[in-house]
Amino acid sequence: MRANPYLFAAYAATWIIHITYLATIARRYSRLAREVRELQK
Amino acid sequence: MKRLFPILVVLTGILLSYGLYQALVVAPTEQTMGNVQRIFYYHVPSAWTAFILFFVNFGASVAYLIKRRPTADIIALVTAEVGVVFCTVVLITGPIWARPVWGIWWTWDMRLTSTLVLWLIYMSYLFLRRFSSSGETPVLAAALAVLGALCVPFVYFSIWFFRTQHPQPVVGGGGSIDPRMLHALLINWLAFSCFAFLVCWSRYRLEKLQRDVDHAHATASLLETR
Repeated sequence: MRANPYLFAAYAATWIIHITYLATIARRYSRLAREVRELQK
Repeated sequence: MKRLFPILVVLTGILLSYGLYQALVVAPTEQTMGNVQRIFYYHVPSAWTAFILFFVNFGASVAYLIKRRPTADIIALVTAEVGVVFCTVVLITGPIWARPVWGIWWTWDMRLTSTLVLWLIYMSYLFLRRFSSSGETPVLAAALAVLGALCVPFVYFSIWFFRTQHPQPVVGGGGSIDPRMLHALLINWLAFSCFAFLVCWSRYRLEKLQRDVDHAHATASLLETR
């Protein structure tokens, strides 16, 4: 299969969007976990 | 349930890799568009997944309006958020596909415009949830979600109701599709649906934890004032 820049861009954009969203979930989760630890003290 | 999560993550990872292999290697090259047509295997499953998530959001919103259960409210919030992510993928991959095929990135055609309107409705839903501190926010959001869900069938059937540049559906629309293309499409849809389910699950746990922490903070401040 010949590489196509539009095809690459579409697939890359899809995963960039999903990974960015997953990263925001992970960041919010770690912030909340820290808050839970502080509440438990 | 906690043990099941990593197993599902691995299975979804395998499915997504298999879907990518099917889309890029196994599915035949379309005669007129060439390799750029393979965007179809990400664009269409993302749209279908977004529609399913918006319908779940509709069901959860109706359930919340009737029974006022917090679980229904959390499911509505989570599915709207993940649905917007998938709808964003549709709105990004669509123009990337349109540019080499139509010669333009965007046209104000009914399917494209109604998809953008749908995205804006659910973005306004998320903004309402994020920035309103009123106690009635979940009720208002649920009412907005019910109206938003009415837009979903309109977006889907707009290519039948109006003359549009967007192609007619190849599945269920009277068109024909190579079985290998159909297989790649359905595998990717299954893979993205599993992925969406896992993301919703993670986001649900996060939202529940957030509400527990907020509740603990409220209780702590109440005890302090006493």
